Amino acid sequence: MADAPLIPDEAETRARWGVFAWTAENAEKAKGVIARYPAGRQRSAVMPLLDLAQRQVGAETQTQGWLPVPVIEYVAAQLDMPFMRAYEVASFYTMYNLAPVGRYHVQVCGTTPCLLRGSDDVMAACKNRGMTKGKTTPDGLFTLTEVECMGTCTNAPMVQINDDNYEDLDFDRMAAILDALAAGETPKAGTQIAGRHTSEPEGGPTTLKEMVKANHDYRKEW
Amino acid sequence: MSLQDKDRIFTNIYGFQPWNLKSAQMRGDWDKTKDLMKRGQDAIIEEIKASGLRGRGGAGFPTGLKWSFMPKEPRADRPSFLVINADESEPGSCKDREIIRHDPHKLIEGALIAGFAMRARAAYIYIRGEFIREAETLFAAVQEAYDAGLLGKNAAKSGYDFDVFVHRGAGAYICGEETAMIESLEGKKGQPRLKPPFPAGAGLYGCPTTVNNVESIAVVPTILRRGAPWFSSFGRENNKGTKLFQISGHVNTPCVVEEEMSIPFRELIDKHCGGIRGGWDNLLAVIPGGSSVPLVPAAEIMDAPMDFDGLKAVGSGLGTAAAIVMDKSTDVVQAISRISYFYKHESCGQCTPCREGTGWMWRVMERLRTGDADISEIDTLYDVTKQVEGHTICALGDAAAWPIQGLIKHFRPEIERRIRDNGGVLEAAE
Repeated sequence: MADAPLIPDEAETRARWGVFAWTAENAEKAKGVIARYPAGRQRSAVMPLLDLAQRQVGAETQTQGWLPVPVIEYVAAQLDMPFMRAYEVASFYTMYNLAPVGRYHVQVCGTTPCLLRGSDDVMAACKNRGMTKGKTTPDGLFTLTEVECMGTCTNAPMVQINDDNYEDLDFDRMAAILDALAAGETPKAGTQIAGRHTSEPEGGPTTLKEMVKANHDYRKEW
Repeated sequence: MSLQDKDRIFTNIYGFQPWNLKSAQMRGDWDKTKDLMKRGQDAIIEEIKASGLRGRGGAGFPTGLKWSFMPKEPRADRPSFLVINADESEPGSCKDREIIRHDPHKLIEGALIAGFAMRARAAYIYIRGEFIREAETLFAAVQEAYDAGLLGKNAAKSGYDFDVFVHRGAGAYICGEETAMIESLEGKKGQPRLKPPFPAGAGLYGCPTTVNNVESIAVVPTILRRGAPWFSSFGRENNKGTKLFQISGHVNTPCVVEEEMSIPFRELIDKHCGGIRGGWDNLLAVIPGGSSVPLVPAAEIMDAPMDFDGLKAVGSGLGTAAAIVMDKSTDVVQAISRISYFYKHESCGQCTPCREGTGWMWRVMERLRTGDADISEIDTLYDVTKQVEGHTICALGDAAAWPIQGLIKHFRPEIERRIRDNGGVLEAAE
């Protein structure tokens, strides 16, 4: 909790976000989410709804989005649960931003499998482009965070930037991705090694080679 | 003798072909699912028991046996639930992600069959929040299955009503613990519950619940199609079947690959990972089952069979079969210290030994990394890991303690060397 974010000033936040309400499209989505859970158990929907709210805030502010207190109150009210219960969910899970972030939330994985493959170089590339861990760049473009294992270990090191993963990085590849984003381009997500497809060994799969070219049905060989 | 392609369950694991229903059906998924279900609930459970399938999430509990704990006749006011654990967050593990984004219909068909066998009313697939694109695929695949009549009322024309819902997490490793996952599904902080009651008695919404790993569920349809004797023909006694291995770290070509259980470590690496970076002589140590298990030094791991018992014999465990390989260039103390930081970050804060202990252990590890410590502190640290281990509600405390214990057991001379090089207090006094 030592690195807990500074919660922004409440009066200002309230003035800006006190009128938060779902867009028509998100109101529809929220209804669908609540319907996934049994009647009377609508509280289960708090996580997906907080995520939806964060995304709506993001769309309105041209960032990854965050959760101002009035927005959490709005979600809690819809689910008929005390604000505190929703707030503790928002503060427990790391993917909810309790303070504003930049246009791109650069989340560099630093856990051991990535560390062994050079996540320090990826972090260095971010610093080289003017980022500081835990801070947003002055132009509001990038927020840099070091995160824990993202489950992409055979394609380490990696970074998640908003909704996309960029894998098999090194200093130059990371710098290229950041430059592309800064220039308003959309870099190709996934592995950055030319010729590698996903998590197969680099240089081509050692198994299931028929699958590369065609949707092979192995049942005939059973 | 190694596993042949025809005996691999996840044929589209690398995603060279589309994941969609039509392509999945051409590969054999959803083929006469109704007939599989017609065998009856008890017959399915018996078949899975006979196959020797052990849970693929880490603990290795026999899957069929777990299902048999569910009530045979659920009460109308207390329906049973299947919860599928796709909160893959264990450092080193990245297999469930590949199943979900490239072969989701194996999981969904497995959910229907497993849910039917344990007489569940619905399945919730809890996918970790960071798997954003993967979750999009999974939502779309579930929708495809509904549209094709494979889920919902009279699922796959079997006469059984079954729903599958996807629930996204939001970045908490602890939610991979089954009771924390249930708490999270109920819309709370993911803090583990005391057991008993076990989930099979009172789980999600207080109803009987079974929590299974993605891989455990996704292999079920194929086991039923090919029979228990086929599945149990792979691997050693008590360690049956095929398994998705994930090899990361200092190998030439890290990858996810499905292999036979009990494959020797050396064969696994040479065949699929292009060997150890710098050759076998350059191997330092391996964490064979994801960050929660102790590391194993090179000499002991090289020819160890990669299965539950084989790795237990070298003082570690199979875990999720996620091997983190470290060559001699590794700062092994830093590697383990980073894992300690991970557990400090992910402790849910409920039990004092873990909440306070993980932070304390990490801080001491950081001092050992630089050698800014006294030699006696190694024993103090070991002692504290023993105080954390076994004294918490869930296994996160144990998981934080074991890697450090493994490090001290195997690399004590290295830690002492750093302290001496740094002008360790005891040495200086002499």
